[in-house]
Amino acid sequence: MKQRNSTLVIGASLVGFSIAVFLLSFFWTPYDPLEIKPELSLTRPSAAHWLGTDENGRDILSNIIVGSRATLVVAMVSVMICMLLGVSIGVATAMSPKWVESPAVFGVDILLALPTVLLAIVLTAVYGPSTSTAVVAIGLALSAPVAQVTRREVKSILLADYVTAAKTSGSGSLRIVRKHILPNLRASLFVQASGASAIAILAEATLSYLGFGTPPPDPSWGRMMASLQQYLIVAPIFPLWPGLAIVITVLGFNLLGDGLREALDPTLRRQTD
Amino acid sequence: MATAFYLMRRLALLVASLIASSALVFFLLRLLPGDLAQARLGIYGTPEALNQLREEYGLDRPLTTQYFSWLSNAIRGDLGSSILTGADITSELLSKATVTLPLIGIASLLAVFFAVPLGMLAALRRRKWDGIAVSTVSQLGIAVPTFWIGVIFVTMFAVQTQAFPPGGFPFGGWADFGGAVKSLVLPACTLAFAQGAVLMRFARSATIDVIQQDYFRTARATGLSRAGALRVHGIRNAMVPVVSVLGIQISTLIVGAIIVESVFALPGIGQMLLQDVSVRDYTKVQGTVAFITALVFAVSFSVDLLLGVLNPRLRNQ
Repeated sequence: MKQRNSTLVIGASLVGFSIAVFLLSFFWTPYDPLEIKPELSLTRPSAAHWLGTDENGRDILSNIIVGSRATLVVAMVSVMICMLLGVSIGVATAMSPKWVESPAVFGVDILLALPTVLLAIVLTAVYGPSTSTAVVAIGLALSAPVAQVTRREVKSILLADYVTAAKTSGSGSLRIVRKHILPNLRASLFVQASGASAIAILAEATLSYLGFGTPPPDPSWGRMMASLQQYLIVAPIFPLWPGLAIVITVLGFNLLGDGLREALDPTLRRQTD
Repeated sequence: MATAFYLMRRLALLVASLIASSALVFFLLRLLPGDLAQARLGIYGTPEALNQLREEYGLDRPLTTQYFSWLSNAIRGDLGSSILTGADITSELLSKATVTLPLIGIASLLAVFFAVPLGMLAALRRRKWDGIAVSTVSQLGIAVPTFWIGVIFVTMFAVQTQAFPPGGFPFGGWADFGGAVKSLVLPACTLAFAQGAVLMRFARSATIDVIQQDYFRTARATGLSRAGALRVHGIRNAMVPVVSVLGIQISTLIVGAIIVESVFALPGIGQMLLQDVSVRDYTKVQGTVAFITALVFAVSFSVDLLLGVLNPRLRNQ
């Protein structure tokens, strides 16, 4: 029991911390994140600059704080897209006749096999690198696993007696979705949204590391890593800072998802004991 | 008979998947404003030049005709030529594959070799400190971006100790065998770490499932030790979910390879794809993505066959 709660608590605290940093970025940063001071290029961590400065003398901590915006905004919007799209497709396919369901499942399977980052790269080739390209690509790619899980869950809910009872008493499909399916899906949706956020953050960081994410001058964790990596020999630990920010946020969402799953699914509780 | 039917059905699905995914990528890339010829020539596109290029690459024909002619060539192994340089795409892909495929191969072997036994250990000793330590490392490994691990490895083994090159590949390729192997060590370990973390998690939960089964308890009751019972009854059963995860992971493995090639400046397929995207060489992007998706589907097809061998019940589903 103790260990289970700690997963949820650690996850929620890490996510809470990341969101607090994100909110803080709108009010305060130690320095102007974009202010260039050539004389301070790549200075070591000190009392004045806790994490040091980058090649242009910009404060790394300030850039990490502001960089949380690119990451969290992309993650939040793409998770919203993938939940809306994935849940609609999942519910609709589960309730459709077989001749609609099979091709739809096939389509979802195809999308599932295409790696998220690859899809984003293809879209970038067409529309050029931008925040919105990344959001659309990540949201679209993540909707496939959400649709798959939702479809399976809805299928099992549809077999329940209360759904049969509702059908016999004359409820229409929409009413069944609203009154019986969505409330029963809620727990699973929270878990999926949390897991999807972790993947979305990693995908955003990867895209901006590869140069396909949020374009400069807005700081982003992935791009900071890519540019600091070039000075690895003179400033070895510097690229690790933005990476650490990514790890803390992703770990938070992963643990939050695991903790929620364990808290909301009684069958899992028995298994792990 | 059932096996033959299973094979036929899987094969049909493979072909359908290949056609559907290549069509998706083909039409996605044709969404760009204007057409390939305009994208290639830009402001230098006089009407005559545009027409000539369109004719040369068949861009003046209807889209579906273009797709089917591309597809029929692709089936014969001809992915066309670069719209920027005119180079043959298939032969460039094959030469770059000599870097990417060994990278993926070595990384998968390393990942399976370390992750599966460690995952089983974590399951058997899940309430002991070493089991918990293994789970914690794998939980962390899942949250860590691949490029971050790469940078850490470079810092530790290339900058500090200079045991391995920080990046690049011998100019002569595999002709310099020792150099080639040496430059693949850090990239392969990076990729293996990222993949191993996920694999370890699945191996752990699959093993936990097995040791909670009745047949496992019976085996223990006959006097077998936990490890002994696992060896006799557990491994094959625990392997089913692990192998299926390996099949799913091939797509993340390939994306991982693209990232790792970028971290270590390896001249592989991923590096080439990123370059082609930045210079907007659409025909090459199309060919490369088609090649990668074909690889993903082919691997997941083979994994399905392997699963059919491991678990005969799957064949009748």
